[in-house]
Amino acid sequence: MNKTNLMALGLLSLSATLTSSAVFAGGNDDPLLTKVMLDQFEKGVDPQDPTQFSAQAWLGYDLNKLWLKTEGEYSNSDKQDLEIQALYSKPIAPYWDVQFGIKTDIKPTPTRNWAVIGVQGLAPYFFDIDAALFIGDQGRTAMRVSAEYELLITQKLILTPEVEVNLFGKDDAELGIGSGLSDVSAGLRLRYEIVREFAPYIGVDWRQKLGNTADYARSEGEDTQETQFVIGFSAWF
Amino acid sequence: MKSQYMIKPMIETTNSELNNSRRRFVFGASAMLALMSIPFPKNAFANALSQSLSQLSGKVFDLSIDYKMVNFTGKSARATVVNQLLPAPLLRWKEGETVTLRVKNNLDHDSSIHWHGIILPTEMDGVPGFSFDGIKPGETFEYQFTVQQSGTYWYHSHSGYQEQTGLFGAIVIDPATPDPVIYDRDYVIMLSDWSDETPENIYAKLKKQADYYNYRERTVMDFFSDVDKNGLANTWNARSMWNNARMSDSDISDVTGSTYTYLMNGNPPQQGWQGLFKQDEKVRLRFINSSAMTIFDVRIPGLKMSVVASDGQNIQPVSVDEFRIGVAETYDVVIEPEVDNAYCIFAQSIDRTGFTVGNLTSDASLHAPIPPMDPRPVLGHSDMGMDMSDMDMSGMDHSKMDMGGGDMSGMDHSKMAMGGGDMSSMDHGKMAMGGGDMPGMDHSKMAMGAAKATVSGLGLAGFGSNNEIKHIDTEFGPQVDMRADAPKSGLHDPGIGLRDHQQQFNRKVLTYGDIKGLHPTYDTRQPSREIQLHLTGNMNRYMWSVNGVKFMDAAPLEFEYGERLRITLVNDTMMTHPMHLHGMWSELETGDADFIPRKHTVLVQPGSKISYLVTADAKGQWAYHCHLLFHMPGMFRKVVVK
Repeated sequence: MNKTNLMALGLLSLSATLTSSAVFAGGNDDPLLTKVMLDQFEKGVDPQDPTQFSAQAWLGYDLNKLWLKTEGEYSNSDKQDLEIQALYSKPIAPYWDVQFGIKTDIKPTPTRNWAVIGVQGLAPYFFDIDAALFIGDQGRTAMRVSAEYELLITQKLILTPEVEVNLFGKDDAELGIGSGLSDVSAGLRLRYEIVREFAPYIGVDWRQKLGNTADYARSEGEDTQETQFVIGFSAWF
Repeated sequence: MKSQYMIKPMIETTNSELNNSRRRFVFGASAMLALMSIPFPKNAFANALSQSLSQLSGKVFDLSIDYKMVNFTGKSARATVVNQLLPAPLLRWKEGETVTLRVKNNLDHDSSIHWHGIILPTEMDGVPGFSFDGIKPGETFEYQFTVQQSGTYWYHSHSGYQEQTGLFGAIVIDPATPDPVIYDRDYVIMLSDWSDETPENIYAKLKKQADYYNYRERTVMDFFSDVDKNGLANTWNARSMWNNARMSDSDISDVTGSTYTYLMNGNPPQQGWQGLFKQDEKVRLRFINSSAMTIFDVRIPGLKMSVVASDGQNIQPVSVDEFRIGVAETYDVVIEPEVDNAYCIFAQSIDRTGFTVGNLTSDASLHAPIPPMDPRPVLGHSDMGMDMSDMDMSGMDHSKMDMGGGDMSGMDHSKMAMGGGDMSSMDHGKMAMGGGDMPGMDHSKMAMGAAKATVSGLGLAGFGSNNEIKHIDTEFGPQVDMRADAPKSGLHDPGIGLRDHQQQFNRKVLTYGDIKGLHPTYDTRQPSREIQLHLTGNMNRYMWSVNGVKFMDAAPLEFEYGERLRITLVNDTMMTHPMHLHGMWSELETGDADFIPRKHTVLVQPGSKISYLVTADAKGQWAYHCHLLFHMPGMFRKVVVK
């Protein structure tokens, strides 16, 4: 799969829905909308800790959307992470969307490109799930599953546990990634929604490298486990 | 600031008879100014100066649609108004007369006025894109039609979301013959919801986060207090269905008091509307729910209300303490207040996130206390149309089912849900004859003679549908999150949040089952066919549809001119939907074939079904839709009568 084809497909379905916007009564049922979500923007409380962010945005209609997802972290000029995904999203069930497109890992270098197919949605018991399979060049494969839950202490004070696991199909020595289950992370964030659209939070983040990936880390003299307390905010519009 | 809120003096067009009603509606008009000096007095009625509706009467009306800045919340925001008024002027017509309404659009957008509940030619109905193009900016459209009915109605824009921003007004039509309702004084009580947010913004927010306005979600604290009360196992079981379904049992209204300020005749609750009466007067209150999204529960503590009309049509009076009024419905009640007393007209939103009030008194210095709102409702399993436990057939007395006639050969028992001896073929799971529904049925009137039950499977006029509930293919897909497999009857259900009011507060709450027409049924034919329509949606995606198909993708419904048909609405969602058919009456089947009441808007309870009959006596193209403003674009159908 190449990027241009995927983007063209997405745009095509968007323009198809654009043309059907005749309005007889009341307002437009299915207007073109955008939503930009800064899910996490946080800094570890220890000065050594990195600044991290994770954001997504969509543009589209009820049933056809273009998604952008990005996340990254910055410790210093040598230690950076940045990835961007561009996806076309279409529902397959009341609570589930299938998403496909491309992902680019810009940092660390060398850059890796992937084709993406995934599902995103709401599982029973209100778990937000995002699961994706990545297929890269030279036979590389990877998988990521993340789950998140919102526990309302009050209507505005919300505790959010989340977990994420990453798997890789084969070793990527240049980037210090080993095959198999490479890392698992868990976070717990307590946010206060001043308004729906803006909420500062405090939290704790724990990450564990596993298997071959942990071995690579040890050989580089890095820790295989990190725990940090974070302070940050989330916002959307 | 001042001039914005100055009410225009009442304009008498042509030679209208100057009846008592003029004085009734005028008082208070000069006293508008206090309303607007922010901040509001904390104590409602503190200054006892409220806005009343201003009235226009006669045969020719000049109406102009403009933008205007208003202030209901302490913040100023732009409204869409008629003749500089919010609500728009009350129009008083007389049955039998021909009215001319010249409507000038001074907006920079298209506009329109739809005469809600009025029987008129299709091109006068005012729905853009149907038999009318809408009114372009700067243009004047002349509506003209003969008024063939009497009672309480209203009008509103059918363009964009103008209704939410203030474009609505009352219509009172005096009958040509003496009014069967005896009263000395009447007031229109217009209920509405106002937001400083633009409707487009509200709609966009709902699409981005459907529970944006719900600040009543279940919390950890609720869980612990439920465990405390009911034990862990019961609490877990009660929650697990909702959690499994990914739905919220606190999802009563999409848009709530967190953004809405509820108005009575244009007065916010801090101000309150005030009406006066004199000794021994019978007062007729004409309630109109002109909200965009808010269903209200209305009561007047200390007074019984005799409900005398529904949607403009006289009914056999029913004495109640409380009634629910869906968006676009109207109810007329007669009350007999005591002199030297004050009464609170209290209208709380269905989700109990806000209310609006009026003070009815014989002495302007007396103010009735405002009661607290009732407990917030929580949806139950039956509201998802899933509760089989009330399918108790023991409530049926088979011995009273006179299957008369002796000649049973013409009857198809397998399709009749009333089979006497033939119960084996009944699928109880599919029968909506849940226990609660049966007491209201008068079996003695069910003369199921072969001669009458000509069309097998349909069931008799007046008693509703016997057909099984079918979910068709278009109802399955990402656009629909729920289907009621065992919808109960919505007829004798006062509705979510009102069900326990008799036991808890000793308040008699009006149900549709209580409503019987004052006049005998106009068209006594049996329905020749039935259309089953499912009200569908996906709350999480904020998508609404009928049969899973949104308006944009839907073929029109076709009615044969002159035919008598039944529409059965099945609510496959957890919201209460007010369904409005233009151009023709919706004759609600409440169990008395001889006195079927006529309505223009019918509330369909969550997870329930309800049936009405329609005589397709109006050629043309008509709108048929849910009257909740943000459901309307998807939950809309064109009806073609040819």
